[in-house]
Amino acid sequence: MPQLEYSSPSTADDAVRALAAAGGSAKVLAGGTDLLVQLRSGRIRPSVIVDLKRIAGAVGIREEAGAFVIGAATPGAVLGEHAALSKAWPGVVEAANLIGSTQVQGRATLAGNLCNASPAADSVPAMIAAGATCVVVGPKGRREIPVEQVPKGPGETSLAPDEFLLEIRLPPRPPRSADAYLRLIPRTEMDIAVVGAGVSLTLDAEGVITAARVALGAVAPTVILVPEAGAALVGSRLGDQALEKLDAAAKAAARPISDKRGTVDYRTNIAGVLARRAATIAYQRAESRA
Amino acid sequence: MTDVMDRPALRVVGERPIRPDGVDKVTGRAQFGADFNLPGMLVGKIKRSPHAHAKIVSIDTRKAKALAGVKAVVTAADFPDLASEEVEAGEAAGNLRDLSMNCMARDKALYEGHAVAAVAATSAAVADEALALIEVVYEVLPHVIDVEAAMAPDAPVLHEGLFTKGVEPKPTAPSNIAAVNKLGRGDLAEGFAQADVIVEARYTTKAVHQGYIEPHACIAQYGQDGQCLVWCSSQGQFMVRTYCAKILDLEAADIRVIPSEIGGGFGGKTTVYLEPLAIALSRQSGFPVKMVMTRDEVFRATGPTSGAVVEVKLGAKRDGTITAADVVLKYQAGAFPGSPVGAGSMTALACYDIANAAITGYDVVTNSPKVAAYRAPGAPISAFGMESAVDELARKLGMDPIAIREKNGVVSGVKAVYGPTLRDIAYKDTLEAIKSHPHYSIPLGPNQGRGLAAGFWFNIGGESTAAVRINDDGSAVVATGNPDIGGSRASMAMMAAEVLGLPIDQVRPVVADTASIGFSMLTGGSRVTFATGMAVVEAAKKVVEDLKQRAAQMWEVPADKVAWENGAAVCLDPEKPAAKPLSIAAIAARAGRTGGPITAEVGLNAQGAGPGFAVHLCDVEIDPETGHVTVLRYTAAQDVGKAIHPSYVEGQIQGGVAQGVGWALNEEYIFDAEGRMENPGFLDYRVPVASDLPMIDAILVETAPNPRHPFGAKGVGEVPIVPPLAAVANAVRDALGLRLTDLPLSPPRIRAALDARAK
Ligand SMILES: Cc1cc2nc3c(=O)[nH]c(=O)nc-3n(C[C@H](O)[C@H](O)[C@H](O)COP(=O)(O)OP(=O)(O)OC[C@H]3O[C@@H](n4cnc5c(N)ncnc54)[C@H](O)[C@@H]3O)c2cc1C
Repeated sequence: MPQLEYSSPSTADDAVRALAAAGGSAKVLAGGTDLLVQLRSGRIRPSVIVDLKRIAGAVGIREEAGAFVIGAATPGAVLGEHAALSKAWPGVVEAANLIGSTQVQGRATLAGNLCNASPAADSVPAMIAAGATCVVVGPKGRREIPVEQVPKGPGETSLAPDEFLLEIRLPPRPPRSADAYLRLIPRTEMDIAVVGAGVSLTLDAEGVITAARVALGAVAPTVILVPEAGAALVGSRLGDQALEKLDAAAKAAARPISDKRGTVDYRTNIAGVLARRAATIAYQRAESRA
Repeated sequence: MTDVMDRPALRVVGERPIRPDGVDKVTGRAQFGADFNLPGMLVGKIKRSPHAHAKIVSIDTRKAKALAGVKAVVTAADFPDLASEEVEAGEAAGNLRDLSMNCMARDKALYEGHAVAAVAATSAAVADEALALIEVVYEVLPHVIDVEAAMAPDAPVLHEGLFTKGVEPKPTAPSNIAAVNKLGRGDLAEGFAQADVIVEARYTTKAVHQGYIEPHACIAQYGQDGQCLVWCSSQGQFMVRTYCAKILDLEAADIRVIPSEIGGGFGGKTTVYLEPLAIALSRQSGFPVKMVMTRDEVFRATGPTSGAVVEVKLGAKRDGTITAADVVLKYQAGAFPGSPVGAGSMTALACYDIANAAITGYDVVTNSPKVAAYRAPGAPISAFGMESAVDELARKLGMDPIAIREKNGVVSGVKAVYGPTLRDIAYKDTLEAIKSHPHYSIPLGPNQGRGLAAGFWFNIGGESTAAVRINDDGSAVVATGNPDIGGSRASMAMMAAEVLGLPIDQVRPVVADTASIGFSMLTGGSRVTFATGMAVVEAAKKVVEDLKQRAAQMWEVPADKVAWENGAAVCLDPEKPAAKPLSIAAIAARAGRTGGPITAEVGLNAQGAGPGFAVHLCDVEIDPETGHVTVLRYTAAQDVGKAIHPSYVEGQIQGGVAQGVGWALNEEYIFDAEGRMENPGFLDYRVPVASDLPMIDAILVETAPNPRHPFGAKGVGEVPIVPPLAAVANAVRDALGLRLTDLPLSPPRIRAALDARAK
């Protein structure tokens, strides 16, 4: 008879020990909105579940010298209610708050969205565009890596079986910076992104873009950072020409598949459309800042 | 029945009381199919074919049977091999042998998900293990799912014994075309010769699921004496009893089916999947067996409706008179014959008075789940083709879409193309209701479009039983044999309260099990408020007669000296001036001394259900870059006869529209190259969510009450899903300036059409 153990360690070290003891058959639990669905469907059969929620600092948001540190088990609803975070990173917060529904957001986390490693994960393009990093804990201690280094392929991460993600860090924000995230879904909610696009921009006093990062979801085996798309914007005021270059760079970077959710042609075109639209929103947000 | 019709004012009918089942449903206390549990209950699970088409070479269940905790394993060998026989279980007619083979594959698996064996075990985990231990050897065969591919002469044949019905000479080779039916009148060639303008197009729709939220679920308990109890969620407890008795060769008297609350059916619960298996497993194990489908199983193995091809050719004179209509319908039936192409054919032209018309329907078996009824079965598909074609015709003629329908629309006294003469209909008033609604003239913005479509559905009557019982305190119970899907408890209680003269909250409606009320055909065909409602009214009238009789006894006057007014007996005898009116409570209190319990049960076969007409108006806005369609406004007018409870009629209209919009925009069965369904869940099978829809404005047209019903009711539940496919498609056509003929109108498809035009 298959058995399933549940543990809820109160320190990160205990969590690492619990993961190591299971020798690869453990699963980390944050909000459980992916994990429990996968358990019930029989897609995964772990022997131990290690719940992060009781680890000190795992739930909550703190500010450190202009940076935001988000505990790995912090639900999306808490992000949405955090005024300073929402003001500094409207794109990351809107992406997180697109996930599922009110009920799902009471549980779903950024870290879970990232570690589930779906190419269509909504918050991941926004986090990558934001230049977010994450703190990974394991038997050898802690390391900080960019978010884009976590997903390796659909359902696969670069973390070792005895490692987990303790927190996510959003860097300090220069003035006149803003971000935005958009996704295309056939419905209006409760759906999975056919394409997602996250854009983060910094402007100078004249409205010229000095830094830009663009990330795309659901157009490759992982969410991708598209440096050429960011480069297309730098030095511009987001005029038609810059938008056209952005559109072309996003399309060129997209390597989607045709499946039940969309064709290669469609996804490629939409990558361009959403990159333009997200950039426009991010630009307007940045411009409106003092 | 005119005495009730002529009542000067109605007290209850037409009001909007809170439904009697409402509190239970919103507080979670209502018990649905999966909510029942019995001591010692086992878990039953089904092993399903992974192949779309395969010969079953052998099934070895020995390892599964040997597993600790496994109490029963059944395969087709445990069910009688039935003769081919058409069975009449209410309107859910079907072939018994097909029904049995759909519940459990015999010799061949005909679609991915087709049941090949079932187990009962002490836990879900053991049952899963047992399923894995059952060894099935398949010989995989080529499969065919697309309807036209299945009709091709070289297509893989599903049933060696299936020969096309309805063609002369009788075919000598088997075919996937189970039947060809033809319908029409006049002279088509002559009709097209008279035409100044002709439109012709081919439309396609994909298989779509009813999408009820509650998966199929049941418990069966087979006793040592052969008496069997079944608790289940279905649209008809008597249907379940009949089918189980036939499939298992049991006596109907030995099966008692207790209906649970039903969490949606839309036609999909008018047949059985689990119940015969659960009974067989309980019989073998000696324990009660509970079976609950997963959503995946619901999609793969229960009734979608047909994917189809609809070819329409219309001819008209300059003034808009349609002179000829040629319609060809090709419907997927799934694994066994019996698509709704017959109803699709009959409804296709029912809104139009056309002199020369021909409709040809093909019923085609395919390697996909056997289709089940879905709300106005067959009609939305043919209406999609016809109403799109009429829209094109109006455009070609430069006519308003309502004007062309007024010009050709049916009125009372007109003989419909499908045969009968239509009576007491309000189709033209329904068109007028839309024409005079402000929505019809709201200006449209860029990328916006407006579409109109009409629809028809027969509605049915049929056999129903109702019992009305007076309690000792004067309150009443109304029992019927129809599961309450759309608010029928409320309308049954209201009609009884109206006749008895009781306040609505003193009438308690119940849905009784098969041993506790007489036979009733299932809840379907929009029949319950009409047919079962008639039985309720008749039973209530009998009770009133009885109450008058009792009052006469109490007053010691002749019975004809008693009248019934405002829920009380009134003495008309001038010799008894002191006799005060007797309330139901007062009469009930003395029932023991005046003849015993006051109760009446009436069974009848209701005839003369009035057909329903619907006219829908839809506005959309399209994002030309993404192809995403937003439904901006939706107004639906319907010929309802008389709404017993207007809120629940509006609810039926809104629900039908929501389902139709989903069908038009995003819903579809997607199969991979091996014929396996790729989207068996609500994530990728996209029914609309609340935020996808605007407030749907429902207009109740009550200008033609149904004279065969005591309060004038017509069926209302089905026709609302008939026009939306075309209403949405016509709106998209208007917005894009481009006709898309293949559903669903999903964003990738719209964007691809726009890209193709740009080239
Ligand atoms: C109804 C519904 C709607 C949804 N809608 C969306 C949507 O719109 N967009 C979207 O992107 N997703 C959606 N999801 C998926 C899911 O909600 C998100 O991916 C969510 O962010 C996952 O977070 P979680 O905390 O619930 O993760 P969990 O389920 O707890 O974990 C997910 C995976 O990540 C691993 N994991 C979690 N935390 C860590 C960690 N700190 N370190 C290492 N591994 C970890 C787990 O072991 C597991 O494999 C939906 C899910 C449901 C049920």
